[in-house]
Amino acid sequence: MKIKTLLASAAVALGLAAGAYADGHEKTKVGFVFVGPIGDGGWTYEHNKGRLAVEEALGDAVETVYVENVAEGPDSERVMTQMALDGADLIFTTSFGYMDPTINIAAKFPDVKFEHATGYKRSDNVSTYSARFYEGRAIQGHIAGKMTKSNIIGYIASYPIPEVIRGINAAYIHAAKVNPDVEFKIIWAYTWFDPAKEADAARALIEQGADVVLQHTDSTAPQAAAQEAGNVVTFGQASDMGQYAPFPRVSSIIDDWAPYYIARTQAVIDGTWESTDTWDGIGAGMVAIGEISDAVPADVKEEALAMKAAIADGSYHPFTGPLKKQDGSDWLADGEVADDGTLAGMNFYVEGLTGEIPQ
Amino acid sequence: MIRLEKRPQPSRFFAYVTPLLAVLATFLFGGLLFAALGKDPVQSIMTIFWEPLFGEFAFYYRPQLLIKGAPLVLIAIGLSLGFKAGIWNIGAEGQYIMGALFGAGMGLAFYPTESVLIFPAMVLAGAFGGWAWAMIPALLKVKFGTNEILVSLMLVYVAEQFLASMSLGLLKNPEGFGFPGSRNLQQYASAHNAEIIAGSGMHWGVVAALIAVIFAYVLLARHRLGFAVRVTGEAPRAARFSGVNPSRLLLFCLGTSGMLAGLAGLFEVSGPAGQVSIDFNVGYGFTAIIVAFLGRLHPIGIVLAGLLMALTYIGGDIAQSQLGLPAAAIQVFQGMLLFFLLALDLFTNYRLQFGRTEAA
Repeated sequence: MKIKTLLASAAVALGLAAGAYADGHEKTKVGFVFVGPIGDGGWTYEHNKGRLAVEEALGDAVETVYVENVAEGPDSERVMTQMALDGADLIFTTSFGYMDPTINIAAKFPDVKFEHATGYKRSDNVSTYSARFYEGRAIQGHIAGKMTKSNIIGYIASYPIPEVIRGINAAYIHAAKVNPDVEFKIIWAYTWFDPAKEADAARALIEQGADVVLQHTDSTAPQAAAQEAGNVVTFGQASDMGQYAPFPRVSSIIDDWAPYYIARTQAVIDGTWESTDTWDGIGAGMVAIGEISDAVPADVKEEALAMKAAIADGSYHPFTGPLKKQDGSDWLADGEVADDGTLAGMNFYVEGLTGEIPQ
Repeated sequence: MIRLEKRPQPSRFFAYVTPLLAVLATFLFGGLLFAALGKDPVQSIMTIFWEPLFGEFAFYYRPQLLIKGAPLVLIAIGLSLGFKAGIWNIGAEGQYIMGALFGAGMGLAFYPTESVLIFPAMVLAGAFGGWAWAMIPALLKVKFGTNEILVSLMLVYVAEQFLASMSLGLLKNPEGFGFPGSRNLQQYASAHNAEIIAGSGMHWGVVAALIAVIFAYVLLARHRLGFAVRVTGEAPRAARFSGVNPSRLLLFCLGTSGMLAGLAGLFEVSGPAGQVSIDFNVGYGFTAIIVAFLGRLHPIGIVLAGLLMALTYIGGDIAQSQLGLPAAAIQVFQGMLLFFLLALDLFTNYRLQFGRTEAA
């Protein structure tokens, strides 16, 4: 294709021209495509922190650029193309919906490396990476099961996709383990970030008797709603949301992309970058557990930290049998551990959860 | 003492000049905003307006103007007919979604059969989807006198729920490992709205937008129906005396704008976007309202306004990446454009009067 060669040669020409030092080596340019505003306090905020960490760790060797609020679809393709044309060597695309656009644009710029978050399509110059958030959910479930007095735990879910279902299952298994009477009430918000909707969902759950509200959406609105109610426990999502500590926010799941972003940028600088699929959790530091506040009793805090340590060193897997599916059929035998394939495509509830996954 | 005085007749001069003045005022105040953020204002505005058109990579950005501008123009043309007649379809975003769902659904139903008839069938289905969604507020207004502004707007949120449901259920890609989103129509040749000339940005949606512009121009200038539209907007009572049937006009205006919005959705989902996904709609239906007014509800004006809005989006993204301008600043900049246009519009109907107030 003519346009492809044109695009690629323009990129090469510019790459050679821009940012070259006197001694011949050039700054490595890293682009970030963000789906939300960098001030969302959750998902995009943490990715942007990772970007800043790259700048800090690698200093003069790198230059980073970003565009926020980029819609999935043709807009994201244009932004990626623009970054590649402007001489980016490595581009991180940080939303699931950028999957096909990333593959499309990567094919047009074979010399530029792409990293797509939470997707499953790879190619020679496209890697994928994601975090095992469910490990954090297990710890959250444990604390939630211990903290609830009404035995009703509210859960603000975003979309019925494997990632979210995995989180619900992990939280429920560990809540039910310490509190067999616990019941999960789930509201599907059908959004990742919509403070008004999230606040409504939180209030509805609280009205239904929930005294712990877990969220898989990115804004701090549920935290504010819980604070208003006064006696409801919450957890920070994606980011620490520490401004609501020590109560209602008693802990959090934090995405820490910085180590990964630094390592991958270094690989591009060293010329050792290869297409890979990374799925890291607490052990590798991609998932962090925000400080457990004093609102949590000391013994519960200790148990939670022990579980965190066990998950980190690999001695405990949050999905360890015996476990049954919601319909009562067997899933994992005693001591058996779920394989990554099943986890990646998880589309069922475990036994004990009520309601259906919407289709 | 300065006061406003109503002009005996709207000023033709100001009607044409206010868009230009609005752009200039936006440059001025936008530049001040950028300067306040610590950026070079001239460079910022140059990056937004010059870079995509005449910069180093203009060969890539110019076709992107068509891709970004076509759905805006297509939707705005439809809206302008209604707006001229005082019929307010605010729900083009919902009609856009429904057009995309009907069109993509039609295409996916045939997967993986290859036939030249599939794409035309999708176009018809897309147009029908948008038209049918617009018929809901239209019929409710004709039958029960409901307010079409509220009904069409609320139906946007209903359409968004449909979109999420389709992405997660009926239209979900069976080979997608349980992730939301349909098959990619770009990889299904019969359903792909590909560029007619590769790299030109010219896809069937652009062609449809141009046809709609010509159609609207001829309709308004030459056809009896166009006269009915204009006279109803300017003098509803006179329109009734001259034999205009208000119900029929309402059905026509809402139906046409819904159909064009549906077509825009279909061409987008089968071409640039490629798939039905939860976040498929990006606000074209709402931005088109700005485009329609910025273009003075005139077909040619709408083309220019659509391209201008597309330019600010494309240039805005470049400015974010190259200069580190925050997205919010770009949005404020775009908002200024509409604000100044509406503010300056005052001078079309009023003039400033200096001096003492005369005794009544």
